[in-house]
Amino acid sequence: MMNGKASTRRPYVRPMNGWWKRDPFFVSYMVRETTAIAVFVYAVVLAVGLVRLAQGEAAWNGWLAAMRSPLSLLLHAVLLVAMVVHTKSWFEIMPKTMPMMIVGGRRVAASTITRAGFAAAVVASVVLLAIAVIGGRP
Amino acid sequence: MRRSHAPIFWLLFGAGGMLSALVGAMLVFITGLAVPLGWLAPDLMSHARMLAFAQHWLGKAFLFAVVMLFAWHAAHRLLCSLHDIGIHKGLAAKWSCYGAAAVVTLVAAVPLLRIGF
Repeated sequence: MMNGKASTRRPYVRPMNGWWKRDPFFVSYMVRETTAIAVFVYAVVLAVGLVRLAQGEAAWNGWLAAMRSPLSLLLHAVLLVAMVVHTKSWFEIMPKTMPMMIVGGRRVAASTITRAGFAAAVVASVVLLAIAVIGGRP
Repeated sequence: MRRSHAPIFWLLFGAGGMLSALVGAMLVFITGLAVPLGWLAPDLMSHARMLAFAQHWLGKAFLFAVVMLFAWHAAHRLLCSLHDIGIHKGLAAKWSCYGAAAVVTLVAAVPLLRIGF
């Protein structure tokens, strides 16, 4: 204050509403974080399934029927997309979140870590599908 | 010095994030699309089969790990995201997020224990 008096001007505060829409990078950040909603919803779906399973065959078949409803199919299509986004972003960020990995005196490249993560996810998914296919045989 | 409890939540977040990144998409595909649409064996998720799966210690552990870790991962991530949309990460926010994860964990644990081993 040059004249010694306190300023009566209100300071400019940059509005933060919708800040993440300003930059494509922020948008991708928000998309990545909101995959957590899908992960939570799926945990709830499975938890309810476990409750119905313990209640007996009729209750379980009711849960299965609910899973066949168009609304559930639509929900799971959305959940699937979100899960794929989660998998992709999780391993893209992994080089930044995990401790530095040094092999043969050199730091392992971020792209190597990401690709290893993708490969692990593909292997895990194939194993899971194989168990479902083989385990489903009479 | 009082030790922080943050590493516990962060560990659950990390473990759940990793597990869901590895098997989440395929699990959703199998339970949410392939089985309901009849793309896999019709009795793959029959009551007898799923009960046997959930009674086996390995199946039980897998089911509990998936539900519990998915819930805690999501709770921690959503709690951290509250700040981004202008909600203070206060005690109420913490109790709501972690409380929701704890409820989901309990809802899964009770039937898993009730059906026996």
